[in-house]
Amino acid sequence: MNEINPSGWRPSISASGVAAPSIETFTDNRALQLEEALIFEIGNLEHCGVDFDDDDLDETLLGGLPSRRSAPVDLPGLTEPEAVRHYTRLSRQNYAIDLGLFPLGSCTMKHNPRLDEKVARMPGFADVHPLQPQSTVQGALKVMNELAQWLITLTGMHGVAMTPKAGAHGELCGLLCIRAALEARGDAREVILVPESAHGTNPATAAFAGYRVENIPATADGRVDVAALTARLGPDVAGVMITNPNTCGLFERDLKTISDAVHAAGGFVYCDGANFNAIVGRVRPGDLGVDAMHINLHKTFSTPHGGGGPGSGPVVLSEALAPFGPLPFTARQADGSVRLVEEETAAEEGHAQAFGRMCAFHGQMGMYTRALAYILSHGADGLRQVSGDAVLNANYVLRSLDDVLDAPFGAAGPCMHEALFSDDGFAEGFSTLDLAKGLIDEGFHPMTVYFPLVVHGAMLVEPTETESKRSLDQFIGAMRSLAERARAGDEALKSAPHLAPRRRLDETLAARKPKLVWKG
Amino acid sequence: MRYLPLNDGDRAAMLERVGAGSVDDLFADVPVEARLAGPVPGLPMHASEMAVERHMARLSGESLTAGQAPFFLGAGAYRHHVPASVDHLIQRGEFLTAYTPYQPEIAQGTLQVLFEFQTQVARLFGTDVANASLYDGSTACWEAITMAGRVTRRSKAVLSGGVHPHYVETARTMAKFTGDRLVTRLPELVAASDDDAVIADIDGETASVVVQYPDVMGRVPDLAKIAQAAQAKGALLIVVVTEPVALGLLESPGALGADIVVGEGQSLGVGLQFGGPYLGLFGCREKYVRQMPGRLCGETLDADGKRGFVLTLSTREQHIRREKATSNICTNSGLCALAFSIHLTLLGGKGLEKMAKLSRIRAVQTAQALAKVPGVTIVNDSYFNEFAVVLPKDARTVVRDLADKGVLGGVSLGRLYPGAEALSGGLLVTASECTSADDIAALVSALEEVLA
Repeated sequence: MNEINPSGWRPSISASGVAAPSIETFTDNRALQLEEALIFEIGNLEHCGVDFDDDDLDETLLGGLPSRRSAPVDLPGLTEPEAVRHYTRLSRQNYAIDLGLFPLGSCTMKHNPRLDEKVARMPGFADVHPLQPQSTVQGALKVMNELAQWLITLTGMHGVAMTPKAGAHGELCGLLCIRAALEARGDAREVILVPESAHGTNPATAAFAGYRVENIPATADGRVDVAALTARLGPDVAGVMITNPNTCGLFERDLKTISDAVHAAGGFVYCDGANFNAIVGRVRPGDLGVDAMHINLHKTFSTPHGGGGPGSGPVVLSEALAPFGPLPFTARQADGSVRLVEEETAAEEGHAQAFGRMCAFHGQMGMYTRALAYILSHGADGLRQVSGDAVLNANYVLRSLDDVLDAPFGAAGPCMHEALFSDDGFAEGFSTLDLAKGLIDEGFHPMTVYFPLVVHGAMLVEPTETESKRSLDQFIGAMRSLAERARAGDEALKSAPHLAPRRRLDETLAARKPKLVWKG
Repeated sequence: MRYLPLNDGDRAAMLERVGAGSVDDLFADVPVEARLAGPVPGLPMHASEMAVERHMARLSGESLTAGQAPFFLGAGAYRHHVPASVDHLIQRGEFLTAYTPYQPEIAQGTLQVLFEFQTQVARLFGTDVANASLYDGSTACWEAITMAGRVTRRSKAVLSGGVHPHYVETARTMAKFTGDRLVTRLPELVAASDDDAVIADIDGETASVVVQYPDVMGRVPDLAKIAQAAQAKGALLIVVVTEPVALGLLESPGALGADIVVGEGQSLGVGLQFGGPYLGLFGCREKYVRQMPGRLCGETLDADGKRGFVLTLSTREQHIRREKATSNICTNSGLCALAFSIHLTLLGGKGLEKMAKLSRIRAVQTAQALAKVPGVTIVNDSYFNEFAVVLPKDARTVVRDLADKGVLGGVSLGRLYPGAEALSGGLLVTASECTSADDIAALVSALEEVLA
């Protein structure tokens, strides 16, 4: 027992690095750790977990349908008890924020309030069709509009495009707005500048939108090289994509200077808002000259990540770009009702320059309701506390570990919402991956590893504001222990994890001979 | 604040270790003129759970829901019964609050679900492989068009007039920026789909031919004929499925020759949700797998030789390839894929067939009843659960008048195709296993009054 681990539980790892004692079981289960076969191995075509009201099934009415299939689709079925057990067993093989600290840098794994789940399921939002007459969906439209107003006010911007379906889709929306604005003034520009430390989605999005990507180097203190950036500006540069706070967990102090220079050169500033949670309620990107910024509702406003989505990426827009935003959008009317402005009336409602539609229907309603409930719960004061506590927690982690782990930008002052470490000082042959896998045995999800690319063996730790001091202390204790093992060259670390449902998986095998579907 | 565990004592102790005087000091890198001294002006302060719930419930009450009214809307979003266990299971915190499975040793739950999902989608579509989901059907459709461009090294896509207009608009938006050439057409209010016109547009420059199955007016195009014509010119056939329940009765697009099949998975497990989040489905031939967009889950072994699953072929993806990636997509629709997969597991092949039969039969019963309303003409010969009718007046007005009578009667083509006068009398009507005889009677009677 020790202070940071009062339960006294320790993973029992022998010197040889093998979990001990090794006990075989007939089922391969290990008490509460249960193996589960594939549905294709346990289900069959005849089993069904749904009963239908089919008393009057008149099969003669099936006539006249061309391209009829000759047999049912070969899909295994399960009855309800079998299905509930299958998915419940599988769920227990996942780590999740509900189980513990999930410090994935840049991903913002914070607690997901259950009120938000409840309101998202209210029938006036969940059980309405996107193409119902607008008079019958006022509740849903008012949620969209209310959230839009919050996002505009919190960011100090002029308008917001709500439809983008995730962060990368929001980036695309922002770049298309820039492109449309440039084209409207007959100015064809083909280059987007992206800092080396950017998320991979930034250059991918710029390319997807038809731009040529040029990288801008970072300075030794982990920020954009302003001199290099301004030197590259010119009549061919459509804009820059800057993440702020950046992926090294640092605030780009010179963003306003950069914005002014970009604007003077006729370009636009796109801000990747993936890290908006670090400054929400304290800093309005509009005050820094940003023209477009996506907000990951699944990060800053805590809609659940769901094992890989769905997300939502509304894009706030400056006055210069707002007229070019996509359709549809909401507009509050004088009588208090909210209108959805679609293709039919966009021109007469002063939005003739809209660049078009980015997806079917109106965006991620189920995420809007959750995000609005989160925002209303916190309010302007609570959101300010969100960013304050997130930044305090990250700095606490940074200063509790910087004597045992290399913090490449630690000397530069406080970090924002995430603390960045490198593998400098590990014993020969020990890597960031080994430490990360060791963290799994300690009962934590690993941090983001090998990103940002500008730091060797990067470990990006984002604790978020919903962790208690006690939880952070336990994590710090585990990290200190692992750092010492990595520096000392503890061989057991190289084969971690030992205690998870699976040991390290062979990713090379998976990629060399891809088995993407079950074939029996 | 109920979601924030730190108290003032914690903060003081932590600031001491950090060596800062206050939380505000930690924001010293922000230029002082951009730092707000207090909460953002013009916004309300925090609220209790009860107060927020009351506010949201009041707004929810301002909508007329599908469950409250006779309901006949479709056009890319479908109402089906979703078993209660689906929503229960997707709310397991281990699924709901997990991240993209980057650490496979502690994400086998999500990964096995994705592997099962990919297999289910591939079998439903009749394709060799399927990915782990995209945002929705419309964005999946564009991804397929760009993928076909990469495969064929051509840049022209021929789209049938039967493709959902929002999908066409999404592609049109993107094509403006990428330089792809799209050949599009409006649908016509006629019984046959536009197979022959589409075939006539295919030439040696064509990268892909995009056909919806069933199409936006519910008609069932002859995929085998179009596939043959496309492939004869070296083009790929992309088939769009907006109502996957139809595949419980219709032959799979892959079996009829499609090279890429994309779809909207919303009608299984996900629910209407006012248009999102939905679920993009994407399947294709195995030989194109390295050109696919989005995440892929694959089977492998762990260090002890046990079967396990990982995300694989990530050298196609943005976090590795950056500007050379096959797509910029990162977050996709994981939880919706889970809901879809659970619903399909509860159904099985036989259950899906039953659900499809009921949907089709209710649609036929609806069409037969509507055909007796004076002034109403049924357009389709063939359809699954959705068909078009022509009304003697502007269908947009009729839909609004029906709503005033508490009936959600369909989707007007005027809403989908603003400005297309020839389509203004068109109304799309959809039924499913949720449609009752009373619903049909209510629609008929309300329509008779509105048209009188």
